[in-house]
Amino acid sequence: MFAALPFVYGNHALLFNMMMYLVLAQGINVLFGFTGYLPFGYVGFFGTGAYGASLAILLLHLPPLPALLVGAAAAALVGLILAPLLRLSGAYFAIASLAASEIVYYIVSNPHLTPITQGPYGISLVQAYNAGASYAVMVAVLALALGAVVYLRNSHLGLALQAIREEPISAGFAGINVVRERTRAWLLSAALAGLAGGAYAWHVSVFYPKPVFDLNISVFAIVFTLFGGVATLLGPIVGTLLLYGLYNWIGISQPEYFQLVFGIVIVVLVLFLPNGLVSLLRRIKIDVP
Amino acid sequence: MIAYTLLAGLLFGLYFSLVATGLNLVFGVMRLINLAHGDFLMLGAFLAYGLYTAAGVNPLYTIPAEIAAFMLAGIALYYAVVPRLLSSRDPEMLSFILLFGVSQIIEALAVIAFGNDQRAIPATVFGSRPVFLFGQSFPAAWVVSAAVSAIALLAVYVYLYHSRLGYATRAVMASRDEAASTGINVHRVSAVALGAGLALAATAGAFSAFMLGSIEPDMGIGITTVSFAVIVIGSLGNPLGTVLGGLVYGLGLMFMETYFPSWADLLPYVLLILILLVRPSGLLGKRVRLA
Repeated sequence: MFAALPFVYGNHALLFNMMMYLVLAQGINVLFGFTGYLPFGYVGFFGTGAYGASLAILLLHLPPLPALLVGAAAAALVGLILAPLLRLSGAYFAIASLAASEIVYYIVSNPHLTPITQGPYGISLVQAYNAGASYAVMVAVLALALGAVVYLRNSHLGLALQAIREEPISAGFAGINVVRERTRAWLLSAALAGLAGGAYAWHVSVFYPKPVFDLNISVFAIVFTLFGGVATLLGPIVGTLLLYGLYNWIGISQPEYFQLVFGIVIVVLVLFLPNGLVSLLRRIKIDVP
Repeated sequence: MIAYTLLAGLLFGLYFSLVATGLNLVFGVMRLINLAHGDFLMLGAFLAYGLYTAAGVNPLYTIPAEIAAFMLAGIALYYAVVPRLLSSRDPEMLSFILLFGVSQIIEALAVIAFGNDQRAIPATVFGSRPVFLFGQSFPAAWVVSAAVSAIALLAVYVYLYHSRLGYATRAVMASRDEAASTGINVHRVSAVALGAGLALAATAGAFSAFMLGSIEPDMGIGITTVSFAVIVIGSLGNPLGTVLGGLVYGLGLMFMETYFPSWADLLPYVLLILILLVRPSGLLGKRVRLA
């Protein structure tokens, strides 16, 4: 659908960002929906992907497509380094992952590393800029993210992850390798964010470290996912389309009013509808993929 | 140089203890991490700023108003949301997300009300002469902030260990169910603890202009993270352990800023992750938290 839309709708930046958030929301969905870990620092992987891909282009002189893979690999590598965080539970994990993403940000933007990462002065990829190709890549990344969630919903791995989420100890007794399975979900989720970050970097081609490590990116993706409903394919899509649409309607000119609506949505959601919008459909006996 | 760094570290350490104590008190009693902690501190800062610019009130004299206002706000917030949450499937995670929503609302309202500018209260309100401690000179505002922090921490100690409600509070911290079964009104104790937590945050906020730089609506989440680092270093759920955490953090910050200034921003996050992974019960913790 997003492959065809640019021909009928002129605001390509909006379409691109919407796809980006769809990927990130599904990435959050993979982790939070299926394992119950809420990564506040998810944006760290996004930023790592953006920087990994950009540096691969600038320093290794790779063409953009392999560079994207380098970005995803960099994000997965950071995920691997941070995998011990999965020993923490609930809110501890959420805050520790936030701290981890801040660490990555401060390292990347440190003025002492200017020769490598350009420090706080940002990245310029003008020589590789290609709006059409990077748009197409994001469509592919989105398809991959959706495919990952479909796979998780219908596979042994997804079932195992949900079992771990509900009862880790019983799941271990049932023969599930708890640590390995959830590390897999964590790395998959990290790589998705890395791909999205790389595609974003290529698409905008000039960016500063602050916006690609902006906590709001995590926040948006998390709330979009929660709003729609976790552990479903449709939930994060519905959440992103509705809320990111709302953001573009009022959020860009008056971000504080959007933030207010956002906060209220979160509170109301937690108090009255903890399983998201799609749980309304479930309640009237319509099964949602 | 070392003596100066050490003393400055102690002053900032006391202040950071105050910043984080409220968060730890709330965590100890309710087992929930108040993600809006830093935003309440920000509101306290704006209250002090507003009173200073409107009527020239010295931040010292705004403390009673801060405590009263935020005590009430905390109690109201408690009864508005917490009992409802406790009956849900996963109260810990849900309250975490809910408080995140509260934090977004506060930040948005603050931007709408005060605009996005950075504000400051001139540090000369406490006199323009530096204070000499052990042969080193420090801005008066630092010393006043540290002294107020010390008094507030002492008040928390007296409350917890020498008052009836404080005994009840510690009983609830030890075991919510057992405390309830001995006839303690758990809801009242928790509501007061949340109120006290916010009041402590707001008191710290009154001095944030001198210790944390400028006052701005989006400072909340960073402060919450730093506070969380401080209480994890000390010991989660032990409000007095926070003092140790604050001092470790304050000293670490000052030494980093003196010797490795460009890496100083990393400190709270690195400390937080290291402690969570290596010694999750904190420096003073006795038993291992089930994480």
